[in-house]
Amino acid sequence: MKFVDEFRERELVTRTAEEIRRLADPARHYRFMEVCGGHTHAIYRFGLKDLLPENIELIHGPGCPVCVLPMGRIDDGLAIAQQDGVIFAAFGDMMRVPGTTGSPLEHKARGMDVRIVYSPSDALKLARGNPDKHVMFFAIGFETTAPSTALTLMRARAQDVRNFSVFCNHVTIIPAIRAILDSPDMRLDAFIGPGHVSTVIGCRPYEWIVKEERKPIVISGFEPLDMLQSIVMLLRQLQSGEAKVENQYRRVVPWEGNRAALKAMAEVFQLRPYFEWRGLGFISQSALRMRDAFAKWDAEQRFEVPGVRVTDPKAAQCGEVLKGVLKPHQCKLFGHECTPEHPIGALMVSSEGSCAAYYNYEHRKTATATMLSQAV
Amino acid sequence: MNDENELAAPPGECHMCLAIPGRIIEISTDNPDSALVDVVSVRRRVDLGLLQDDRPQPGDWVLIHVGFAMSKISEEDANDQMQTLRMLGESEAALQEVKGYGLGDEDNGTSTSSQGEKTT
Repeated sequence: MKFVDEFRERELVTRTAEEIRRLADPARHYRFMEVCGGHTHAIYRFGLKDLLPENIELIHGPGCPVCVLPMGRIDDGLAIAQQDGVIFAAFGDMMRVPGTTGSPLEHKARGMDVRIVYSPSDALKLARGNPDKHVMFFAIGFETTAPSTALTLMRARAQDVRNFSVFCNHVTIIPAIRAILDSPDMRLDAFIGPGHVSTVIGCRPYEWIVKEERKPIVISGFEPLDMLQSIVMLLRQLQSGEAKVENQYRRVVPWEGNRAALKAMAEVFQLRPYFEWRGLGFISQSALRMRDAFAKWDAEQRFEVPGVRVTDPKAAQCGEVLKGVLKPHQCKLFGHECTPEHPIGALMVSSEGSCAAYYNYEHRKTATATMLSQAV
Repeated sequence: MNDENELAAPPGECHMCLAIPGRIIEISTDNPDSALVDVVSVRRRVDLGLLQDDRPQPGDWVLIHVGFAMSKISEEDANDQMQTLRMLGESEAALQEVKGYGLGDEDNGTSTSSQGEKTT
Protein backbone atom coordinates (compact mmCIF):
# COMPACT_ATOMS: atom_id res chain seq x y z
CA MET A 1 0.00 0.00 0.00
CA LYS A 2 2.74 2.41 1.02
CA PHE A 3 4.61 1.72 -2.15
CA VAL A 4 1.87 2.72 -4.52
CA ASP A 5 1.08 5.79 -2.44
CA GLU A 6 4.56 7.00 -3.25
CA PHE A 7 3.40 7.68 -6.78
CA ARG A 8 2.64 11.35 -6.73
CA GLU A 9 0.03 11.36 -9.40
CA ARG A 10 -1.31 7.87 -9.48
CA GLU A 11 -4.08 8.56 -11.90
CA LEU A 12 -1.73 10.23 -14.34
CA VAL A 13 0.69 7.32 -14.01
CA THR A 14 -2.06 4.88 -14.85
CA ARG A 15 -3.25 6.93 -17.80
CA THR A 16 0.28 7.30 -19.16
CA ALA A 17 0.82 3.56 -18.81
CA GLU A 18 -2.37 3.02 -20.80
CA GLU A 19 -1.14 5.37 -23.48
CA ILE A 20 2.07 3.35 -23.72
CA ARG A 21 0.00 0.22 -24.31
CA ARG A 22 -1.95 2.01 -27.04
CA LEU A 23 1.16 3.32 -28.77
CA ALA A 24 3.24 0.14 -28.61
CA ASP A 25 2.90 -1.93 -31.77
CA PRO A 26 2.13 -5.50 -30.63
CA ALA A 27 4.00 -6.83 -33.65
CA ARG A 28 7.24 -5.19 -32.48
CA HIS A 29 9.66 -5.84 -29.66
CA TYR A 30 11.11 -2.60 -28.30
CA ARG A 31 14.48 -2.38 -26.58
CA PHE A 32 15.03 0.93 -24.77
CA MET A 33 18.22 1.60 -22.87
CA GLU A 34 18.13 3.79 -19.79
CA VAL A 35 21.66 5.13 -19.76
CA CYS A 36 21.70 6.47 -16.22
CA GLY A 37 22.07 4.32 -13.10
CA GLY A 38 19.65 6.63 -11.30
CA HIS A 39 16.97 5.58 -13.77
CA THR A 40 17.84 1.91 -13.27
CA HIS A 41 17.37 2.37 -9.54
CA ALA A 42 14.04 4.14 -10.02
CA ILE A 43 12.78 1.52 -12.50
CA TYR A 44 13.27 -1.24 -9.95
CA ARG A 45 12.20 0.81 -6.97
CA PHE A 46 8.87 1.65 -8.57
CA GLY A 47 8.42 -1.65 -10.36
CA LEU A 48 7.97 0.24 -13.62
CA LYS A 49 8.42 -2.83 -15.75
CA ASP A 50 5.08 -4.07 -14.50
CA LEU A 51 3.40 -1.03 -15.96
CA LEU A 52 4.85 -1.69 -19.39
CA PRO A 53 3.63 -4.15 -21.99
CA GLU A 54 5.80 -7.22 -22.37
CA ASN A 55 7.17 -6.14 -25.71
CA ILE A 56 8.89 -3.10 -24.17
CA GLU A 57 12.18 -4.22 -22.70
CA LEU A 58 14.31 -1.86 -20.63
CA ILE A 59 18.05 -2.44 -20.95
CA HIS A 60 20.21 -1.07 -18.18
CA GLY A 61 23.00 1.13 -19.41
CA PRO A 62 26.53 1.97 -18.29
CA GLY A 63 25.65 5.10 -16.29
CA CYS A 64 26.77 3.96 -12.86
CA PRO A 65 30.27 5.37 -12.35
CA VAL A 66 31.22 2.91 -9.61
CA CYS A 67 30.06 -0.05 -11.68
CA VAL A 68 32.02 0.71 -14.84
CA LEU A 69 35.30 1.29 -13.05
CA PRO A 70 37.65 -1.65 -13.65
CA MET A 71 39.10 -3.26 -10.56
CA GLY A 72 42.65 -2.33 -11.60
CA ARG A 73 41.87 1.35 -11.05
CA ILE A 74 40.69 0.69 -7.51
CA ASP A 75 43.86 -1.29 -6.89
CA ASP A 76 45.94 1.58 -8.28
CA GLY A 77 44.25 4.11 -6.01
CA LEU A 78 44.74 1.87 -2.98
CA ALA A 79 48.39 1.29 -3.93
CA ILE A 80 48.99 5.03 -3.76
CA ALA A 81 47.24 5.25 -0.42
CA GLN A 82 49.43 2.47 0.96
CA GLN A 83 52.40 4.81 0.88
CA ASP A 84 53.41 6.54 4.09
CA GLY A 85 51.54 9.68 5.02
CA VAL A 86 48.84 9.39 2.36
CA ILE A 87 45.16 9.87 3.17
CA PHE A 88 42.71 8.18 0.78
CA ALA A 89 39.64 10.43 0.38
CA ALA A 90 36.59 9.41 -1.65
CA PHE A 91 32.82 9.60 -1.79
CA GLY A 92 30.96 7.06 0.33
CA ASP A 93 29.98 5.18 -2.84
CA MET A 94 33.55 4.00 -3.29
CA MET A 95 34.04 2.59 0.19
CA ARG A 96 32.64 -0.90 -0.36
CA VAL A 97 33.81 -1.37 -3.93
CA PRO A 98 36.03 -4.44 -4.00
CA GLY A 99 39.62 -4.25 -5.19
CA THR A 100 41.83 -7.32 -5.56
CA THR A 101 42.96 -7.03 -1.94
CA GLY A 102 39.70 -5.74 -0.56
CA SER A 103 37.62 -2.57 -0.58
CA PRO A 104 38.78 0.81 0.76
CA LEU A 105 36.69 0.04 3.85
CA GLU A 106 38.55 -3.23 4.41
CA HIS A 107 41.85 -1.45 3.88
CA LYS A 108 40.80 1.06 6.52
CA ALA A 109 40.22 -1.79 8.94
CA ARG A 110 43.81 -2.88 8.21
CA GLY A 111 45.14 0.56 9.08
CA MET A 112 44.91 2.65 5.92
CA ASP A 113 43.87 6.26 6.48
CA VAL A 114 40.60 6.30 4.53
CA ARG A 115 38.14 9.19 4.76
CA ILE A 116 34.70 9.77 3.33
CA VAL A 117 34.11 13.19 1.84
CA TYR A 118 30.87 14.49 0.40
CA SER A 119 32.53 17.05 -1.84
CA PRO A 120 35.87 17.23 -3.64
CA SER A 121 36.35 20.64 -2.01
CA ASP A 122 36.28 18.90 1.36
CA ALA A 123 39.16 16.68 0.27
CA LEU A 124 41.07 19.90 -0.39
CA LYS A 125 40.01 21.21 3.00
CA LEU A 126 41.28 17.97 4.53
CA ALA A 127 44.66 18.59 2.89
CA ARG A 128 44.84 22.12 4.26
CA GLY A 129 44.04 20.81 7.73
CA ASN A 130 46.67 18.06 7.53
CA PRO A 131 49.77 19.79 6.17
CA ASP A 132 52.04 16.92 7.24
CA LYS A 133 50.00 14.40 5.21
CA HIS A 134 49.16 14.03 1.56
CA VAL A 135 45.49 13.81 0.64
CA MET A 136 44.66 11.87 -2.51
CA PHE A 137 41.10 12.32 -3.72
CA PHE A 138 39.82 9.32 -5.66
CA ALA A 139 37.74 11.16 -8.24
CA ILE A 140 34.95 9.29 -9.95
CA GLY A 141 31.85 10.19 -11.89
CA PHE A 142 30.48 11.37 -15.21
CA GLU A 143 30.13 14.96 -16.37
CA THR A 144 27.82 15.63 -13.43
CA THR A 145 30.72 15.40 -11.01
CA ALA A 146 33.77 16.22 -13.12
CA PRO A 147 33.23 20.03 -13.07
CA SER A 148 33.33 20.03 -9.26
CA THR A 149 36.64 18.17 -9.31
CA ALA A 150 37.89 20.60 -11.96
CA LEU A 151 37.00 23.66 -9.90
CA THR A 152 38.55 22.08 -6.79
CA LEU A 153 41.80 21.58 -8.71
CA MET A 154 41.70 25.19 -9.88
CA ARG A 155 41.30 26.24 -6.25
CA ALA A 156 44.17 23.96 -5.17
CA ARG A 157 46.38 25.65 -7.74
CA ALA A 158 45.25 29.15 -6.78
CA GLN A 159 45.86 28.43 -3.10
CA ASP A 160 49.08 26.53 -3.87
CA VAL A 161 48.04 23.52 -1.78
CA ARG A 162 50.86 21.08 -2.43
CA ASN A 163 49.84 18.13 -0.30
CA PHE A 164 46.75 17.40 -2.40
CA SER A 165 46.26 15.31 -5.51
CA VAL A 166 43.48 13.79 -7.56
CA PHE A 167 43.43 10.24 -8.88
CA CYS A 168 41.22 10.96 -11.85
CA ASN A 169 38.66 8.38 -13.00
CA HIS A 170 36.16 10.72 -14.55
CA VAL A 171 34.44 9.28 -17.60
CA THR A 172 32.25 10.75 -20.32
CA ILE A 173 28.89 9.35 -21.30
CA ILE A 174 28.68 9.94 -25.05
CA PRO A 175 31.60 7.63 -26.06
CA ALA A 176 30.08 4.89 -23.91
CA ILE A 177 26.76 5.19 -25.73
CA ARG A 178 28.64 5.09 -29.02
CA ALA A 179 30.51 1.93 -27.93
CA ILE A 180 27.25 0.26 -27.00
CA LEU A 181 25.75 1.09 -30.36
CA ASP A 182 28.85 -0.30 -32.08
CA SER A 183 28.63 -3.53 -30.13
CA PRO A 184 27.40 -6.31 -32.43
CA ASP A 185 25.37 -8.11 -29.75
CA MET A 186 23.33 -5.00 -28.96
CA ARG A 187 20.18 -4.06 -30.77
CA LEU A 188 18.57 -0.97 -29.31
CA ASP A 189 15.64 1.07 -30.54
CA ALA A 190 15.98 4.21 -28.46
CA PHE A 191 17.49 5.78 -25.36
CA ILE A 192 16.14 7.22 -22.14
CA GLY A 193 18.79 9.90 -21.69
CA PRO A 194 20.50 10.71 -18.40
CA GLY A 195 19.07 13.56 -16.36
CA HIS A 196 21.79 15.08 -14.24
CA VAL A 197 24.68 14.57 -16.66
CA SER A 198 22.61 16.63 -19.07
CA THR A 199 22.39 19.58 -16.66
CA VAL A 200 26.09 19.96 -17.46
CA ILE A 201 26.45 18.84 -21.10
CA GLY A 202 22.97 19.94 -22.23
CA CYS A 203 21.09 18.20 -25.01
CA ARG A 204 23.22 18.99 -28.05
CA PRO A 205 25.88 16.26 -27.59
CA TYR A 206 23.17 13.64 -28.13
CA GLU A 207 22.31 14.97 -31.55
CA TRP A 208 24.80 12.66 -33.29
CA ILE A 209 22.90 9.61 -32.02
CA VAL A 210 19.91 10.93 -33.82
CA LYS A 211 21.76 11.96 -36.96
CA GLU A 212 24.13 9.04 -37.36
CA GLU A 213 22.24 6.21 -35.75
CA ARG A 214 18.62 7.27 -36.24
CA LYS A 215 17.85 6.42 -32.60
CA PRO A 216 15.42 8.64 -30.65
CA ILE A 217 16.58 9.90 -27.29
CA VAL A 218 14.55 11.55 -24.55
CA ILE A 219 16.33 13.16 -21.58
CA SER A 220 14.22 12.06 -18.65
CA GLY A 221 13.48 12.89 -15.03
CA PHE A 222 13.52 10.23 -12.33
CA GLU A 223 9.94 9.90 -11.14
CA PRO A 224 7.72 7.13 -12.48
CA LEU A 225 5.65 9.65 -14.38
CA ASP A 226 8.78 11.22 -15.90
CA MET A 227 10.02 7.91 -17.18
CA LEU A 228 6.64 6.79 -18.47
CA GLN A 229 6.20 10.11 -20.27
CA SER A 230 9.66 9.67 -21.78
CA ILE A 231 8.66 6.23 -23.04
CA VAL A 232 5.53 7.75 -24.59
CA MET A 233 7.73 10.34 -26.33
CA LEU A 234 10.04 7.61 -27.62
CA LEU A 235 7.14 5.52 -28.91
CA ARG A 236 5.63 8.52 -30.68
CA GLN A 237 8.93 9.21 -32.41
CA LEU A 238 9.28 5.58 -33.45
CA GLN A 239 5.69 5.48 -34.65
CA SER A 240 6.16 8.52 -36.86
CA GLY A 241 9.56 7.32 -38.07
CA GLU A 242 11.29 10.29 -36.47
CA ALA A 243 14.52 10.38 -34.51
CA LYS A 244 15.26 13.48 -32.47
CA VAL A 245 16.55 14.61 -29.09
CA GLU A 246 13.74 15.60 -26.78
CA ASN A 247 13.96 16.97 -23.26
CA GLN A 248 11.32 15.64 -20.88
CA TYR A 249 13.30 16.92 -17.84
CA ARG A 250 13.09 20.61 -18.76
CA ARG A 251 12.49 21.67 -15.19
CA VAL A 252 16.10 20.77 -14.45
CA VAL A 253 17.97 20.34 -17.75
CA PRO A 254 18.67 23.43 -19.87
CA TRP A 255 19.14 22.68 -23.58
CA GLU A 256 22.55 24.36 -23.60
CA GLY A 257 23.83 22.77 -20.37
CA ASN A 258 26.07 24.63 -17.94
CA ARG A 259 28.73 26.56 -19.85
CA ALA A 260 30.73 27.60 -16.81
CA ALA A 261 30.96 23.94 -15.77
CA LEU A 262 32.05 22.88 -19.26
CA LYS A 263 34.64 25.66 -19.27
CA ALA A 264 36.10 24.52 -15.93
CA MET A 265 36.31 20.94 -17.24
CA ALA A 266 38.02 22.09 -20.43
CA GLU A 267 40.58 24.11 -18.50
CA VAL A 268 41.60 21.28 -16.18
CA PHE A 269 40.99 18.07 -18.12
CA GLN A 270 41.79 16.59 -21.49
CA LEU A 271 40.51 13.38 -23.03
CA ARG A 272 42.54 10.23 -22.46
CA PRO A 273 43.32 8.42 -25.71
CA TYR A 274 41.48 5.43 -24.30
CA PHE A 275 40.19 4.10 -20.98
CA GLU A 276 38.99 0.71 -19.84
CA TRP A 277 35.35 0.31 -18.83
CA ARG A 278 34.23 -2.77 -16.99
CA GLY A 279 32.14 -4.85 -19.34
CA LEU A 280 32.67 -2.58 -22.32
CA GLY A 281 36.44 -2.89 -22.63
CA PHE A 282 38.66 -0.10 -23.90
CA ILE A 283 36.78 2.88 -25.31
CA SER A 284 38.68 5.61 -27.09
CA GLN A 285 38.40 9.17 -25.78
CA SER A 286 35.97 8.13 -23.10
CA ALA A 287 37.66 9.43 -19.96
CA LEU A 288 39.39 12.49 -18.59
CA ARG A 289 42.93 13.05 -17.40
CA MET A 290 44.45 16.20 -15.99
CA ARG A 291 46.24 18.64 -18.26
CA ASP A 292 49.98 19.19 -17.82
CA ALA A 293 49.30 22.52 -16.12
CA PHE A 294 47.83 20.48 -13.27
CA ALA A 295 50.53 17.77 -13.19
CA LYS A 296 51.52 18.74 -9.64
CA TRP A 297 48.07 17.70 -8.46
CA ASP A 298 47.82 14.60 -10.62
CA ALA A 299 48.22 11.50 -8.44
CA GLU A 300 49.13 9.42 -11.49
CA GLN A 301 52.08 11.69 -12.18
CA ARG A 302 53.15 12.22 -8.57
CA PHE A 303 53.10 8.60 -7.48
CA GLU A 304 54.15 5.22 -8.79
CA VAL A 305 50.99 3.57 -10.05
CA PRO A 306 51.12 -0.18 -10.73
CA GLY A 307 48.66 0.15 -13.62
CA VAL A 308 47.99 -3.57 -13.67
CA ARG A 309 44.94 -4.72 -15.57
CA VAL A 310 42.83 -6.96 -13.37
CA THR A 311 40.15 -9.22 -14.72
CA ASP A 312 36.95 -9.64 -12.75
CA PRO A 313 36.43 -12.78 -10.67
CA LYS A 314 35.80 -15.53 -13.20
CA ALA A 315 32.39 -16.60 -12.04
CA ALA A 316 31.06 -13.04 -11.88
CA GLN A 317 29.35 -11.93 -15.07
CA CYS A 318 29.37 -8.19 -14.40
CA GLY A 319 30.41 -7.43 -17.95
CA GLU A 320 27.50 -9.24 -19.54
CA VAL A 321 25.07 -7.63 -17.11
CA LEU A 322 26.56 -4.18 -17.74
CA LYS A 323 26.09 -4.58 -21.46
CA GLY A 324 22.53 -5.74 -20.96
CA VAL A 325 23.27 -9.16 -22.47
CA LEU A 326 22.35 -10.86 -19.18
CA LYS A 327 19.75 -9.80 -16.64
CA PRO A 328 21.15 -9.48 -13.11
CA HIS A 329 19.50 -12.66 -11.81
CA GLN A 330 20.95 -14.67 -14.71
CA CYS A 331 24.47 -14.22 -13.30
CA LYS A 332 25.64 -17.42 -11.60
CA LEU A 333 26.61 -15.57 -8.40
CA PHE A 334 23.52 -13.37 -8.08
CA GLY A 335 21.84 -13.59 -4.70
CA HIS A 336 24.05 -16.42 -3.46
CA GLU A 337 27.73 -15.52 -3.35
CA CYS A 338 27.08 -11.93 -4.45
CA THR A 339 24.65 -9.84 -2.38
CA PRO A 340 24.55 -6.17 -1.33
CA GLU A 341 25.95 -7.23 2.05
CA HIS A 342 28.80 -9.20 0.46
CA PRO A 343 29.29 -7.78 -3.02
CA ILE A 344 31.67 -9.53 -5.38
CA GLY A 345 31.07 -7.20 -8.31
CA ALA A 346 30.57 -3.44 -8.28
CA LEU A 347 27.06 -3.70 -9.71
CA MET A 348 26.00 -5.11 -6.37
CA VAL A 349 27.60 -2.26 -4.41
CA SER A 350 26.03 0.92 -5.69
CA SER A 351 22.28 1.40 -5.39
CA GLU A 352 22.50 2.49 -9.03
CA GLY A 353 24.07 -0.78 -10.03
CA SER A 354 21.51 -2.94 -11.74
CA CYS A 355 22.28 -5.99 -9.54
CA ALA A 356 21.73 -4.13 -6.26
CA ALA A 357 18.62 -2.45 -7.65
CA TYR A 358 17.26 -5.78 -8.86
CA TYR A 359 18.11 -7.45 -5.57
CA ASN A 360 16.56 -4.70 -3.42
CA TYR A 361 13.38 -4.06 -5.33
CA GLU A 362 12.46 -6.92 -7.60
CA HIS A 363 10.31 -8.56 -4.95
CA ARG A 364 8.06 -5.51 -4.92
CA LYS A 365 7.12 -5.87 -8.54
CA THR A 366 4.21 -8.18 -8.13
CA ALA A 367 2.78 -6.15 -5.28
CA THR A 368 2.85 -2.97 -7.35
CA ALA A 369 1.15 -4.47 -10.33
CA THR A 370 -1.56 -5.89 -8.14
CA MET A 371 -2.10 -2.59 -6.37
CA LEU A 372 -2.28 -0.59 -9.54
CA SER A 373 -4.78 -2.92 -11.10
CA GLN A 374 -6.97 -2.31 -8.07
CA ALA A 375 -6.24 1.41 -7.78
CA VAL A 376 -7.96 4.48 -9.25
CA MET B 1 37.36 12.78 12.10
CA ASN B 2 34.35 10.92 13.35
CA ASP B 3 34.00 8.84 10.25
CA GLU B 4 33.44 5.48 11.90
CA ASN B 5 29.70 5.86 11.72
CA GLU B 6 29.79 7.12 8.19
CA LEU B 7 31.77 4.11 7.12
CA ALA B 8 29.23 1.88 8.76
CA ALA B 9 26.51 3.40 6.60
CA PRO B 10 24.34 0.80 4.91
CA PRO B 11 25.26 -0.24 1.40
CA GLY B 12 23.49 1.09 -1.58
CA GLU B 13 23.64 4.80 -0.97
CA CYS B 14 24.67 6.84 -3.91
CA HIS B 15 25.76 10.31 -2.96
CA MET B 16 27.30 10.87 -6.29
CA CYS B 17 24.11 11.13 -8.24
CA LEU B 18 21.96 13.24 -5.98
CA ALA B 19 20.84 16.68 -7.07
CA ILE B 20 19.72 18.42 -3.92
CA PRO B 21 17.58 21.57 -3.94
CA GLY B 22 18.58 24.34 -1.56
CA ARG B 23 17.88 28.04 -1.06
CA ILE B 24 20.67 30.59 -0.93
CA ILE B 25 20.60 32.32 2.45
CA GLU B 26 23.59 34.54 2.06
CA ILE B 27 26.68 34.95 -0.02
CA SER B 28 29.99 35.43 1.70
CA THR B 29 31.19 39.02 1.51
CA ASP B 30 34.83 38.08 1.16
CA ASN B 31 34.25 35.17 -1.23
CA PRO B 32 31.50 35.52 -3.83
CA ASP B 33 31.82 31.80 -4.66
CA SER B 34 30.85 30.72 -1.16
CA ALA B 35 27.20 30.73 -0.18
CA LEU B 36 25.28 29.58 2.83
CA VAL B 37 22.36 27.44 1.68
CA ASP B 38 19.39 25.97 3.47
CA VAL B 39 18.30 22.43 2.67
CA VAL B 40 15.28 21.49 4.78
CA SER B 41 16.65 23.61 7.66
CA VAL B 42 20.15 22.20 7.40
CA ARG B 43 22.52 25.02 6.57
CA ARG B 44 25.89 24.51 5.00
CA ARG B 45 28.29 26.30 2.70
CA VAL B 46 28.24 25.40 -0.97
CA ASP B 47 30.42 26.55 -3.83
CA LEU B 48 28.85 28.81 -6.48
CA GLY B 49 31.86 28.69 -8.80
CA LEU B 50 30.04 26.68 -11.48
CA LEU B 51 27.31 29.31 -11.82
CA GLN B 52 29.57 32.18 -12.84
CA ASP B 53 27.50 32.91 -15.93
CA ASP B 54 24.28 33.27 -14.00
CA ARG B 55 25.05 34.12 -10.42
CA PRO B 56 22.33 33.31 -7.92
CA GLN B 57 21.31 35.82 -5.27
CA PRO B 58 20.10 35.27 -1.72
CA GLY B 59 16.59 33.83 -1.90
CA ASP B 60 17.27 31.97 -5.16
CA TRP B 61 16.98 28.20 -5.35
CA VAL B 62 19.77 26.01 -6.69
CA LEU B 63 20.40 22.33 -7.33
CA ILE B 64 23.43 21.16 -5.38
CA HIS B 65 25.68 18.28 -6.32
CA VAL B 66 28.71 17.20 -4.25
CA GLY B 67 28.92 20.60 -2.57
CA PHE B 68 28.61 22.69 -5.73
CA ALA B 69 25.55 24.55 -7.01
CA MET B 70 24.95 23.18 -10.53
CA SER B 71 21.93 25.14 -11.72
CA LYS B 72 19.42 27.76 -10.70
CA ILE B 73 15.86 26.50 -10.48
CA SER B 74 12.48 27.88 -9.54
CA GLU B 75 11.00 27.40 -6.08
CA GLU B 76 8.33 25.16 -7.58
CA ASP B 77 10.94 22.97 -9.25
CA ALA B 78 12.92 22.89 -6.01
CA ASN B 79 9.86 21.57 -4.18
CA ASP B 80 9.31 19.04 -6.96
CA GLN B 81 12.92 17.91 -6.75
CA MET B 82 12.71 17.42 -2.99
CA GLN B 83 9.57 15.39 -3.54
CA THR B 84 11.41 13.32 -6.14
CA LEU B 85 14.17 12.58 -3.63
CA ARG B 86 11.55 11.51 -1.10
CA MET B 87 9.89 9.23 -3.64
CA LEU B 88 13.21 7.70 -4.54
CA GLY B 89 13.89 7.12 -0.85
CA GLU B 90 16.92 9.36 -1.07
CA SER B 91 15.93 12.39 0.98
CA GLU B 92 17.77 11.00 4.01
CA ALA B 93 20.89 10.37 1.96
CA ALA B 94 20.59 13.90 0.58
CA LEU B 95 20.44 15.40 4.05
CA GLN B 96 23.30 13.20 5.17
CA GLU B 97 25.32 14.51 2.25
CA VAL B 98 24.52 18.14 3.01
CA LYS B 99 25.33 17.64 6.69
CA GLY B 100 28.65 16.16 5.63
CA TYR B 101 29.71 19.24 3.64
CA GLY B 102 32.61 21.05 5.24
CA LEU B 103 33.75 17.69 6.66
CA GLY B 104 30.65 17.54 8.80
CA ASP B 105 31.74 20.62 10.66
CA GLU B 106 28.60 22.42 11.81
CA ASP B 107 30.60 25.53 12.34
CA ASN B 108 31.99 25.57 8.89
CA GLY B 109 31.60 29.28 8.33
CA THR B 110 28.34 29.32 10.19
CA SER B 111 26.04 27.07 12.11
CA THR B 112 22.36 26.30 12.12
CA SER B 113 21.93 27.94 15.48
CA SER B 114 24.11 31.02 15.28
CA GLN B 115 22.49 34.30 14.35
CA GLY B 116 25.29 36.01 12.57
CA GLU B 117 27.71 34.50 10.14
CA LYS B 118 31.27 34.04 11.21
CA THR B 119 33.93 34.98 8.80
CA THR B 120 36.06 32.13 7.64
